[in-house]
Amino acid sequence: MGFALRRLAHSLFVLWAVVTILFLMFRLMPGNPLAAYINEQLSEDDQRLIMAQFGLNRPLYEQYVIYLWNLLQGNLGMSFFRREPVWDVLKSALPNTLILTITGLVIAYIFGILTGAWLATKRGTLAEAVIVPAALATRAAPEFWIGMILLTIFAFTFGWFPSGGANSAGAAYTSEWDRILSRDYVLHLVLPALTLALYLQGLPLLLMRSTMLEILHDEFITMAKIKGLSPWRITIHHAARNALLPVVTAFALGLGATLGGNVVVETVFSWPGLGRLLVAAVAQSDYPLAQGAFFLISLVLIILNLIVDLVYGWLDPRVSHG
Amino acid sequence: MANVQMPAQNLPAGRGDNAFVAGLRRILRDPFSVAALVIYVLLVLVAIFADQLMTHDPTQIQFRANGRVATNQPVSEAFLLGTTNLGRDIYSQLIAGSRNALMVGVTAAISVAALGTLVGLLSGYFGGRIDAFLMRLADVALAIPFLPFVIVLSGFFRANTWNVVIAVALLLWPNTARVIRSQVLTVKERAYVEAARVTGASDLRILFVHVAPNILPLTFLYGSVAIGWAILTEAAVSFVGFGDPSRISWGFMLQDAFVSQALSRGSWNWFLPPGLCIILVVIAGFFLARGAEEVLFPKLRS
Repeated sequence: MGFALRRLAHSLFVLWAVVTILFLMFRLMPGNPLAAYINEQLSEDDQRLIMAQFGLNRPLYEQYVIYLWNLLQGNLGMSFFRREPVWDVLKSALPNTLILTITGLVIAYIFGILTGAWLATKRGTLAEAVIVPAALATRAAPEFWIGMILLTIFAFTFGWFPSGGANSAGAAYTSEWDRILSRDYVLHLVLPALTLALYLQGLPLLLMRSTMLEILHDEFITMAKIKGLSPWRITIHHAARNALLPVVTAFALGLGATLGGNVVVETVFSWPGLGRLLVAAVAQSDYPLAQGAFFLISLVLIILNLIVDLVYGWLDPRVSHG
Repeated sequence: MANVQMPAQNLPAGRGDNAFVAGLRRILRDPFSVAALVIYVLLVLVAIFADQLMTHDPTQIQFRANGRVATNQPVSEAFLLGTTNLGRDIYSQLIAGSRNALMVGVTAAISVAALGTLVGLLSGYFGGRIDAFLMRLADVALAIPFLPFVIVLSGFFRANTWNVVIAVALLLWPNTARVIRSQVLTVKERAYVEAARVTGASDLRILFVHVAPNILPLTFLYGSVAIGWAILTEAAVSFVGFGDPSRISWGFMLQDAFVSQALSRGSWNWFLPPGLCIILVVIAGFFLARGAEEVLFPKLRS
């Protein structure tokens, strides 16, 4: 319990730091600092209203307190471009990003871990000579480029999957769940999720393979062999379980890159998620929306990191009792 | 390479001043590291001789014999990789892109390695409050979503390649710093460091004369990986449209191809080569890291 609380406190600290950096970053923007909140096309009265709401006419430290207070209440301001509350815009994009990220991660890590463990038992074979460089190449390729290749093959050449968006135009759904569970949505999800998975699988695969190789030389494995256990049992029960820890660590360290990488994948497939929203907001100089999207992406990242940390402590009791 | 190998056999690795040289020799015996070095040398040569290698001006619109704009030309002798939808020579753009890749990669690698090494050295050597502060800072830097940060930075400030380099340096140093810190923690307990302290050497002298040389290989390792990261980042930023419009980079070429419907037209000659070039340069960093790992952690050597 103490471990979980310590982790939570750490996450809150990091969240506070990120929020503060965000505050400073958007105040240090070139040009009028007020531009971060106020659309010049608004009427004088509206401008004054927003000025007061965000305390833009007060000293910086007061603005900071107001900013934190607004954030706590979920008040992220109004989008310039869309003329609706930032939170409403973000709310509709968040599920799409979460579904894409989680689907991609799950496919990548299941595939990577299993293939990596299997590959460790295949030293010096053709499979190793082909798969290891291939995994390295997908790690080295730009994510969006993988997406472009998949798009050209499966959407434009074969026409198996739609080339962009999350739902076909004109489709109506009774609820958000209805939309997400529809066949149409899943079809739209395949290519972006596959792109993400292809990009992500290299790390667990290579890491799993190298830790397994190391562990397979350990004494307790020799012991298991002497006991006459089957190779399959040794690989899965004895080696793989121990090899998983570095993979979980890498997973946590890689989360930031994963969520960030979504930005380009969402752009390639016009996937209506947070990343694409951020790109559009920056392009349109829609400061409140950009700030909100960035905040939400960071928040998701911190929460996911917290979950991974807790799982890690549970997997390896040395951490939580250390 | 024979003349390199011979003395390597006489000088066992990991002994005194020659550890670094011996490590370098071992790298030269690893096929992956050699492949990486070949890729780097090739990149540097192409970037230097780009003007000689280009067949056309990469920004100039090309015309066919009949006076029409040479749009979407296939691979041919006149246009080695064909032309874009506006009639620009793809091969020449690819060559020109090498300059940008080299510049971004090297400057980012140097800044990441320098920043990470410095923080790692200070944090590991002094410990205590300095260590706690710097490592907290590292936690925060790692918690910031990388690409969105770079995009916001280069989107709101003037689109400029240097913004990408600065952003890469600001967010990528923690990985280097953490590893170097842990290495410093073990190095500073060694007998010769103790000896130096007893003879009255100052902290700074111990840090930079006795400790730093031992972690230099790690610095190079993380620097070489940062080259790849920087090039990938620049490509991604260009792809979403916040790249430096005055420079031709591989990322710009991919963005150009994407928004010009090269995908639905099936113009593989346009969007395949820049991606392959990026993979090649990034993978060189991985190869070097892999080779260097065997030098740095000999236990893995079979």
